[in-house]
Amino acid sequence: MKLSRRDFFGAAGVGAAGVVALGAGGLAVGRAATTDEGTTTADAVEFHGDHQAGVVTPAQDRLHFVAFDVITDDRDQLVRLLQAWTDAARRMTRGQDAGPVGAVAGNEYAPPDDTGEAMGLPPAGLTLTIGFGPTLFRTADGTDRFGIADRQPAELVELPAFAGDELRPEISGGDLCIQACADDPQVAVHAVRNLARIGQGLVGVRWSQLGFGRTSSTSSDQTTPRNLFGFKDGTDNLKAQQPATLDRFVWVSGTGSWMDGGSYLVSRRIRMLVEVWDRQNLRDQQQTIGRTKGSGAPLGRTAEFDPVDFTAQVDGEPAVPPTSHVFLAHPTNSGTAILRRGYSFVDGSDGLGRLDAGLFFLCYQSDPATGFVQVQRNLRTDKLNEYVQHTSSAVFACPPGVTDEDDWWGSGLFG
Amino acid sequence: MRARRTTLVAAGAAALALLAACGGGTSAGSGDTEASDDITVAATDTTCDVSTGDLDAGTHQFTVTNSGSSVTEFYVYAEGDRIMGEVENIAPGVARSLVVELPAGDYQTACKPGMVGDGIRNALTVTGESQQLSDDEQLQAAVTDYTRYVGSQVTALQEQTQAFVDAVKAGDVAQAQALYPVARTYYERIEPVAESFGDLDPKIDARENDVEEGDTWTGFHVLERDLWSTGDLSQSGPVADQLMTDVDDLATQVQTLDLQPLALANGALELLDEIAASKVTGEEERYSHTDLWDFQANLDGSQAAVTSLRPAIAAADPDLATALDSAFAATQAELAQFAAGDGFVLYTALTPEQVQGLSDSLNALAAQVSQVPAAIAG
Repeated sequence: MKLSRRDFFGAAGVGAAGVVALGAGGLAVGRAATTDEGTTTADAVEFHGDHQAGVVTPAQDRLHFVAFDVITDDRDQLVRLLQAWTDAARRMTRGQDAGPVGAVAGNEYAPPDDTGEAMGLPPAGLTLTIGFGPTLFRTADGTDRFGIADRQPAELVELPAFAGDELRPEISGGDLCIQACADDPQVAVHAVRNLARIGQGLVGVRWSQLGFGRTSSTSSDQTTPRNLFGFKDGTDNLKAQQPATLDRFVWVSGTGSWMDGGSYLVSRRIRMLVEVWDRQNLRDQQQTIGRTKGSGAPLGRTAEFDPVDFTAQVDGEPAVPPTSHVFLAHPTNSGTAILRRGYSFVDGSDGLGRLDAGLFFLCYQSDPATGFVQVQRNLRTDKLNEYVQHTSSAVFACPPGVTDEDDWWGSGLFG
Repeated sequence: MRARRTTLVAAGAAALALLAACGGGTSAGSGDTEASDDITVAATDTTCDVSTGDLDAGTHQFTVTNSGSSVTEFYVYAEGDRIMGEVENIAPGVARSLVVELPAGDYQTACKPGMVGDGIRNALTVTGESQQLSDDEQLQAAVTDYTRYVGSQVTALQEQTQAFVDAVKAGDVAQAQALYPVARTYYERIEPVAESFGDLDPKIDARENDVEEGDTWTGFHVLERDLWSTGDLSQSGPVADQLMTDVDDLATQVQTLDLQPLALANGALELLDEIAASKVTGEEERYSHTDLWDFQANLDGSQAAVTSLRPAIAAADPDLATALDSAFAATQAELAQFAAGDGFVLYTALTPEQVQGLSDSLNALAAQVSQVPAAIAG
């Protein structure tokens, strides 16, 4: 019996001829938002630059954050993954499919190189920002898996324990992270899912977090959003319009290392005990935060962006109580500044009839020790602590931006 | 048991004459050439003495005598652990023979006392005329190899299920518990094949929550519950009899198996998906917790299908062929950490980190196996 390859597959009831035709084509039909390499549509954020996008980029509405453990111990495999991820990220931020073939245009016997759920969706302001955790440089037992231990920045160390921490190790830390922000949640999830798919076998998802609403503005063009306590959050955040301040507090510079132009990211999943909060009277809520709930004005002032006056008195008491969150966290009293980029989350319920809700806090700084750590230590007496629990913590070194089509995430570290 | 797919076989076609010839635990490589010799294999729990390591190309008979205390298996492997021939379920004190056609090349023989792990290996060099197969001949050979593999598994499944059923009906809880994961091994290795035959998979392998209200729950997992949860076998006889009937029915239906090369590739991935869906999570064996036996069996079956295709894969994409070799080896090594005695530790003994390690290596393997269909169809 003479059996041709075509007979084999034809007999199975599938069109063998189609494979050849489609396999040769390779035209991405999935997402028509962009056509030529390098062009972007109106709501695409440029992927290339001196700094990574997703830091001072005006905070998008939605977040999918993921931390990975690197499974492989092979440096070359890790480098190839970072290069493949960069290609996919470059494409997806332009509104294209994750791979060059696309969700539906490939060999029908191969798994598609894009998962497809973003077909027909615009770029939606997608930014993808990568970070490297301390354990990428040295595992918990001190192993230098990838020959980069001597390149671990002194600033990149595990955060100290803080009073009141209720951290769960399984949703903390990670060798790598990707922050995906977009104005459409499906675009953000699609990006993370495809990067995880590309990394199968080399990395495993350690934990991931969805955020449904931004809680900070990172541009003076944006209105200040409210967090789940109902208060405006991020009024006095660092803004893209303050380049000198950003250079001082956010971007790493002058180290002569691969981190120049990068930034350090701290993530904290902060559970809010919203049911407890919601029982507090309005006056107590405002005294706890240090701002009015309506306009967001500092207590003792009248408008949101009025400078906080820590000397103002009302009935012989400080207008902004010294135990209030604004008093303790404000740059004036913490002596430092961080760029906040957090998102609200509700992860279902906690089994006790309460929402598992809160703030997935993200902040960028040029050094965690003089950034988040300094701020958080100043919050020891914060009245807000009664209503929050930190359940996850991580720190990552986010390298500088990918400069052009030939550059890739981590080229400075691994190159 | 899972939602049924029809990818592994094209339905209803003529029986392959080959398969009919491989009952009774004796299998043939291809063709019906008489073997000209009889190579003896003396197997114990720790040794595997093959009477020669050099052969001329052609058809050979191996006679394997098990003088150990564990059930053993004997394999002849080509490069990449492609199975050229195997004989299953060789009980202590029993001799079985295998007829296999071997073209010139480098092979390995292996005894697998306890049926797990890499086995005790010996090199086997075959000299003479080597044949260059065309692409289509390679694919045809893959189907032939794998069909023979399915036949030998089904025969062993019938034998081991009979022993298990006998123990259940005798009320021997300890013996039945010992035989349960062994009998299931032969089922789990070829589960996608069983799934292609109508209702047989649900009848043999349904879990309690797979059964719709009003339907009768039958098969292995009913007996699993009786053995581990209640320990009461007084009502188990009819279920055991039905299981044997269904397994025999499967063996009959397998004789009409008409596989396509692409179905081998898809079946290999399905078996890994089975592990990911219910074994690595400990959901399959909720009473006995013998999930790692099933994990090994699914892995064996997946590897058997992929290695049948290995020459075709290597011709199309040599890097993929070697990546598959190392990914199967890595997953096997991950699983081998949990071997205990003739089997494995119970799923409940694993730490979350150990489960994570198994899941990670399985994901890495599945990512490679998912590339196979396009490679052979390309």
